[in-house]
Amino acid sequence: MGCTCDDQQNLAQSLQNDTNTWTKLQDLLERFRGQRGSLVTVLQQVQDIYGYLPRPVMQHVAEVLRIKPAKVYGVATFYKQFRLTPMGKYVILLCQGTACHVNGSERLAEALCEELQISEGETTTDGLFTLSSAACLGCCSLAPVMMINGLAYGQLTPQKARQIVKELAEQEKGSLQEGGLQ
Amino acid sequence: MRIRIGLGSCGIAAGGMKVWEAVKDEVEKRALKIDVQQTGCIGMCYQEPLLDVIEDGGEVYTYGHVTPERVMRIFDDHISKGQPVTEYLVGTSSRPNDFLSGQVRVALRNCGVIDPENIRDYRAGGGYSALRKAVTSMSPEQVIAEVKASGLRGRGGAGFPTWFKWQATRQAGGDTRYIICNADEGDPGAFMDRSVLEGDPHSVLEGMAIAGYAIGAEEGVIYVRAEYPLAIRRLEIAIGQAREEGMLGSNIFGSGFSFDIRIKQGAGAFVCGEETALIASLEGERGMPRLKPPYPAESGYWGKPTNINNVETYANIPWIISHGGKTFAAMGTEKSKGTKVFALAGKVKRGGLVEVPMGIPLRKVIFEMGGGIKNDRKFKAVQLGGPSGGCIPEHLLDTPVDYESIMATGAIMGSGGMVVMDDTTCMVDIARFFLDFTQKESCGKCVQCRIGTKRMLEILERIVNGKGREGDIELLEEIANLVKEGSLCGLGQSAPNPVLTTIRYFREEYEAHIRDHRCPAQQCRALITYRIDPERCRGCGSCARKCPVRCISGKKKEPHVINQSQCIKCGTCLETCPSRYKAVIVE
Ligand SMILES: Cc1cc2nc3c(=O)[nH]c(=O)nc-3n(C[C@H](O)[C@H](O)[C@H](O)COP(=O)(O)O)c2cc1C
Ligand code: FES
Repeated sequence: MGCTCDDQQNLAQSLQNDTNTWTKLQDLLERFRGQRGSLVTVLQQVQDIYGYLPRPVMQHVAEVLRIKPAKVYGVATFYKQFRLTPMGKYVILLCQGTACHVNGSERLAEALCEELQISEGETTTDGLFTLSSAACLGCCSLAPVMMINGLAYGQLTPQKARQIVKELAEQEKGSLQEGGLQ
Repeated sequence: MRIRIGLGSCGIAAGGMKVWEAVKDEVEKRALKIDVQQTGCIGMCYQEPLLDVIEDGGEVYTYGHVTPERVMRIFDDHISKGQPVTEYLVGTSSRPNDFLSGQVRVALRNCGVIDPENIRDYRAGGGYSALRKAVTSMSPEQVIAEVKASGLRGRGGAGFPTWFKWQATRQAGGDTRYIICNADEGDPGAFMDRSVLEGDPHSVLEGMAIAGYAIGAEEGVIYVRAEYPLAIRRLEIAIGQAREEGMLGSNIFGSGFSFDIRIKQGAGAFVCGEETALIASLEGERGMPRLKPPYPAESGYWGKPTNINNVETYANIPWIISHGGKTFAAMGTEKSKGTKVFALAGKVKRGGLVEVPMGIPLRKVIFEMGGGIKNDRKFKAVQLGGPSGGCIPEHLLDTPVDYESIMATGAIMGSGGMVVMDDTTCMVDIARFFLDFTQKESCGKCVQCRIGTKRMLEILERIVNGKGREGDIELLEEIANLVKEGSLCGLGQSAPNPVLTTIRYFREEYEAHIRDHRCPAQQCRALITYRIDPERCRGCGSCARKCPVRCISGKKKEPHVINQSQCIKCGTCLETCPSRYKAVIVE
């Protein structure tokens, strides 16, 4: 971290200029300052604010909490929940658990990758969808399962999964056009 | 009359909220004086969404696959005229169905019965009376003795005697001690702990408080995985209510004993289910296991004596204190006492949660409660213990479920995940699946685990891709033993189990892949081809229309052909070909 290339500095500047999120971040750090063992929780809440962990923010967290930046980065990269790049508006969590696997989750993954033209872990260029995976969503008896922004969809087929994503994309297009007319 | 709707994660995913709203609407429209209540998961996940009508006499009628339309029928016939709608009925309390009738519910005693967001419901059924009994009329030593008499062993995997850990933590020096509840539930394919947390969070809080009293701790932490948002919400509500009613906080039941609980969310790492890694994660570090001893009972959270138990272990405690350890020990086998919850999933007809006395045969769980195999296919294996466990074949189906008997098969009891597989499941692919999981989840500390699992995965990948070599099976076994011996924590020590058990029981399947380049289950894509039988094809064109890569061609009413160089072997043509033609052949 501590990279000083122009991109990061520009990003750092624009993050500070967004006063809404920046004050939230300061409040958060104020609450946890001096509380030992809180790094994982702090990063979880930072991710709630930004949707991911921007590098300049991790640097800032390290400075305020007086933790080595390398440690912050080490924790951020250890856990699957933390993301270092921005997320799409819809985050698709495809279950890769055992029950879903024996009920054909691999074919869902293929169908979705094809539909969205991305691989697992990536975000579509329009910033709408991120395709991610989870070890088990705990709805194994409805396998195969995926979750989009906290809502679970069960007993899927590749066709059904494509359909759900298509409908969401259509909805977004629709609301964009409406917005344009106003 | 009362109505109860199952709103656990599975109920909601199946459309439970729509049912909830439809019921609320009907009650209002018809101006009825009926209590409508939410509840957790009763375990019949295959029938979700579920709705119970509870008549004034206490008889419970359970309806399955409920939709807003069915709600209307239930109101028209049952609620208004008192005539149960038999077509949708899945059981009643006096005549339970096969799924429920063989069960004995201790840990799940309240799941699907009470409203998990209402502490009064829990207390009305005797909740928190065990805590009262413990702190007001028993000494900590007596509590530990009662748990010892119950024979309870940890439900998180290893089956360590619970009383022993409690005693060790109590006897460790210092004056600060901690209680931790392991709700990380990392086994992919298991959901027992989720159901208990969503359906009966107070039982876990009460169990932890009793443990706190026995050990001499004033602080408890629940480490719960972030993928369970509903469980977290219900726990937060439950903790709030317990504090308000004085079940948590200072001077509980005027006994002078103080105890409080907080929640910490995991961040998605399987290895954090291991107790020393979990503690590292709680302290805000990377969740890497460390060498034991010292055990957490001597030096755990912040270096203090710490007792860690699983969700289900704690949920059993209040029952044991209320009913006595002996009553619990009367169930089960000589070495495995009480009951165990299993999450039944995979290729089984009735998937869900079952709680059975220890010692009943696997066959009974899968075929009587689970109803056998989906689509009446042939049973092949059942996977127990997740990534640390193994696959048990048909000839061992009469193995009783207890720690020692399961261990003897090469699998482990684990936390209770039970994934059923049929003849369309390729066992080499399953071994590859689990190795892929453990290899990704290895924290990287031990060389054998980090690199060994990677090498094993590579070998398994080449076998399923039809590039297996003579000697690969022996090589797998050799590396497996190195990984077992050279790893510090349970993750690496048990990671080879899925590979070793599939080699042990399904060696011929490995050999078919390696020697004949054939996948007997017809799952490994590199080893199968799809072909259209020109004799049977009627040229209806449905496969060509559905083919995602458009590699099927042919004139209408004439046999179609698959272009093999473009085929991605997705199997869509096989599924879409009308069953009266059955023209698609897999080879
Ligand atoms: C890799 C690994 C993952 C584990 N995951 C879990 C888990 O998800 N839940 C759990 O309760 N125990 C898990 N355990 C077992 C714990 O280390 C520990 O034994 C258990 O929480 C003790 O509770 P018990 O005695 O009540 O079973 C895991 C162990 C290992 C080695
Ligand atoms: S295996 Fe997919 S929800 Fe559990």
